[in-house]
Amino acid sequence: MLRIEGLTAEIEGKQILKGIDLEVPKGEIHAIMGPNGSGKSTLSYVLSGREGYDITGGSVTWNGQDLLAMEPEERAAAGLFLAFQYPVELPGVGNANFLRTALNAQRRARGEKEVDAMAFLKLAREKLKKLHMSDEMLKRNVNVGFSGGEKKRNEVLQMALMNPSMAILDETDSGLDIDALRIVSEGVNALRGPDFSSLVITHYQRLLNYIVPDRVHVLMDGRIVRSGGKELAEELEAQGYGQASAA
Amino acid sequence: MPAVAETIETVQSVQEGGYKWGFETDIEMEFAPKGLNEDIVRFISKKKNEPEWLLEWRLKAFALWQKMEEPNWAAVSYPKIDYQDAYYYAAPVKKAGPKSLDEVDPELLKTYAKLGIPLKEQAILAGVEGAGESPADSGRMPVAVDAVFDSVSVATTFRDELSKHGIIFCSISEAVQEHPELVREYLGSVVPQGDNYFACLNSAVFTDGSFVYIPKGVRCPMELSTYFRINAKSTGQFERTLIIADAGSHVSYLEGCTAPQRDENQLHAAVVELVAMDDATIKYSTVQNWYPGDADGKGGIYNFVTKRGACRGARSKISWTQVETGSAVTWKYPSCILLGDDSVGEFYSVAVTNNFQQADTGTKMFHIGRNTKSTIVSKGISAGRSQNTYRGLVKISPKAKGARNFTQCDSLLIGDQCGAHTVPYIENRCITAKVEHEATTSRIAEDQLFYCRARGLNEEEAVGLIVNGFCREVLKELPMEFAVEAQKLLAISLEGSVG
Ligand SMILES: Nc1ncnc2c1ncn2[C@@H]1O[C@H](COP(=O)(O)OP(=O)(O)OP(=O)(O)O)[C@@H](O)[C@H]1O
Ligand SMILES: [Mg+2]
Repeated sequence: MLRIEGLTAEIEGKQILKGIDLEVPKGEIHAIMGPNGSGKSTLSYVLSGREGYDITGGSVTWNGQDLLAMEPEERAAAGLFLAFQYPVELPGVGNANFLRTALNAQRRARGEKEVDAMAFLKLAREKLKKLHMSDEMLKRNVNVGFSGGEKKRNEVLQMALMNPSMAILDETDSGLDIDALRIVSEGVNALRGPDFSSLVITHYQRLLNYIVPDRVHVLMDGRIVRSGGKELAEELEAQGYGQASAA
Repeated sequence: MPAVAETIETVQSVQEGGYKWGFETDIEMEFAPKGLNEDIVRFISKKKNEPEWLLEWRLKAFALWQKMEEPNWAAVSYPKIDYQDAYYYAAPVKKAGPKSLDEVDPELLKTYAKLGIPLKEQAILAGVEGAGESPADSGRMPVAVDAVFDSVSVATTFRDELSKHGIIFCSISEAVQEHPELVREYLGSVVPQGDNYFACLNSAVFTDGSFVYIPKGVRCPMELSTYFRINAKSTGQFERTLIIADAGSHVSYLEGCTAPQRDENQLHAAVVELVAMDDATIKYSTVQNWYPGDADGKGGIYNFVTKRGACRGARSKISWTQVETGSAVTWKYPSCILLGDDSVGEFYSVAVTNNFQQADTGTKMFHIGRNTKSTIVSKGISAGRSQNTYRGLVKISPKAKGARNFTQCDSLLIGDQCGAHTVPYIENRCITAKVEHEATTSRIAEDQLFYCRARGLNEEEAVGLIVNGFCREVLKELPMEFAVEAQKLLAISLEGSVG
C-alpha cells in the first residue's frame, strides 16, 4: 500500500506539489491524468528519490516504510520502479551490462543470489520475446540512438526484468504506435496481481482501455482535484480538464 | 562477451574503499649505499656482473645526466626531488637463484595474492598443477608472467613453452648475460641516452626490467605479462624494458603495477623501448595503479616514464593501450616513430585523476614513412582537485606522403574543483597528409546518475558504470584479464568523488 499524505515539494524555490493525498492499495492500478506542467513527473521523481526537490511537507509511506527517508537505490531494491517519461542515454554502457548490473545490485541489496551472465541472457531473451523486441536491443548502448518508441519499450523491458511490486509509468504510452501500445500494456498486465500496484501517468484515455485502472485521479496545479473510476478518464477525454475539474 | 560486460562483478567487488594494496613485504634487502655518483653506477653494474661495454654505456649516460636539467614544462608540480636521498639498488636476497617457483620467497607469493593478480596468473604463481598449460581451457590466451619485484626479476614462467617458439622472455639482466648481442644492438636505439632527463637517469642506473625477442614469423602464443611493484622504502625504480618483434612476428605485452602505501614520494623513471620490423605487430598494454597519495595529496608515486616504439619495418604496427589511475604525479607520453612505409601507430589511453593527483600524459606520433597511419584516443577523467592534461604531438615529415592521423580527446569532469586540459600540437609538413582532431569536455549528468540509481545502483556504482562507458573505446582494446582489472581500478580510483 502506497500512502501519500499532504505532500508538498518545491524545486528551485518554486512550489510544484501543493498537498497531494493519494492511496494506492496493494494489487491496484491507479491512473493519474492532468494537464502539462501540473506536476505529474515531479510526483514520480519525488516518489523515486530524485535529488533537487525540497520536500516541504507531508509524508509518503509504502508498506509501512517511510519512503522519503530511503535512497533511490534502496527504493528500487524494495521493489519500486519508475519508467521514465524521458529515458536517459548512457553512452558506452551496453544495455545487457546495464540491465544485469542493475538487477544484481537490487538482488544483492535484498540478500538474494546474483544472476550470472548466462542465466541473465536467458531471462532477458524471454522477456524480449514477450515484448516483441529484438535481441539486438541488448547489444546497443543504453537508449543511445533509440527511437522514442524504442526507449519506452526499453523501459518496459527493464520493468519486466526487475519485476517490481510498485511501478510508476510516466507517460510510457506517449510516442508508442498502436501495436507497441498493446504490447507494452500486455507487459504491464502480465505483472498484475495481488502483490503488484501501479501508478500510470498518461494523457490518453486510450491506454486505459488496455490497462484498466481501478481508480483515476486528476492532478492539476500540484493537487489531486478529482478521483473516480475508469469512466472518469472517458469524461476527461470528452470534456477536457477545465470542465472536469470544475465538476 | 565484450570485456566491458564484466563490469558487474568487478564494480561490486571493490566496495571496501581506500587503497587496498597498502602493505609492505618483509623480505631481506640488499642495498647499495644511499646516493648517486659514479661509484653507485659501478656498484650496480658489478652487482649484476655486467660486461664492460654496458658499464661504459651507463657511465656515459651518467656523465650526460649530470649536465642535464630537470624538465619543468609539463603541467605538473611536485617538490624538488633529492636524487642523493634515495637508494638506487635493492634486490631481494637470493637464496640459491630461483630457477623454479618453489624457490621463490613465500612472502613474495603472498604479495602477489594480496595484489589480487588476476585469474590465471595467480594460480600459476601459486604453483597450481597444470595452471595455464592448456590455452583452450578458458578460450583465452594464457599469460606468462615476468615479475619484477623491486629491482630484480624473481620469477619467470612459461619459459619452456616460449622457448619452443624461439621466443626470449626474461629479465633484462639475464638477457645481458645470455643474449648480449641483441641487447647491445637495440638498447638505447629507440630512446637514446640523452633523450630526456629521466630516461638519461634510467640509462645510468637501471636495475632490471623485461626483455622480449620474438623471432621472424612467430606469433607469440600467449600474452606476456609483467607485474611491477615498488616495495623497498626509498628505492627509486628504474626499469628498463626492451621488446623486439622481428619481421612478421606478433606479440601482446601486459604491464601492471600496484605499490604499497607509504609517506614519502617515490620516484619511478622507467624506459620502455619497442622495435617492430617488417609486418611485425606489438601491442603493449598497461594498467597502472600506483599509490596516488592520500585524500590530501600526501605521499604517492612520481611516475616519469619514457615509452617509445619504433615501427622500423614496412607495415609494422605498434599499439599502446594504457589505463592510468595511480601515482601522485604522472608524466608519460608513449610514442611511436613510424619509419616503415604503411606502418601504424596507435594510442588508446584512459587517465583518471582524483584528489590532488596530477597527470600530464599523451603521445607523440612521428610520421616519417609513406602512408603511415596513427590513431589517438584519449579519455581523461578528473575528479576532486586533480589536474589532468592531455599533451599530444603529431609530427608529419615532408616525406610522409599520404600520412593520416586521427586524434580524439575526451574529458570527463566530476565535481567543479578539478581541471582538464588538452594541448594538441600538430606539425604537418606534408601536403598530402591528413590530420583530424576532435575534442570534447563533459560532466556526468545528474539525470544519468539518477537513472542508474533509480534502477538500483548506488552512486559510486553508477559513476563507475558511466565512467566505464565513457572509456569503452579504450577498454575494448585491452586484453580480457586486463579489461576486468581496469574497470575495477576505475571504480576504486573514483571512490568518494561524488556526493
Ligand atoms: N528543474 C526545474 N526548475 C524549475 N521548474 C521546474 C523544474 N522541473 C520542473 N519544473 C516545473 O514544474 C512544473 C511541473 O513539471 P512536471 O514535469 O512535473 O509536469 P508534468 O505534469 O509531468 O507535465 P507533462 O505532462 O508535460 O509531462 C512545470 O511547470 C515545470 O516547468
Ligand atoms: Mg511529465
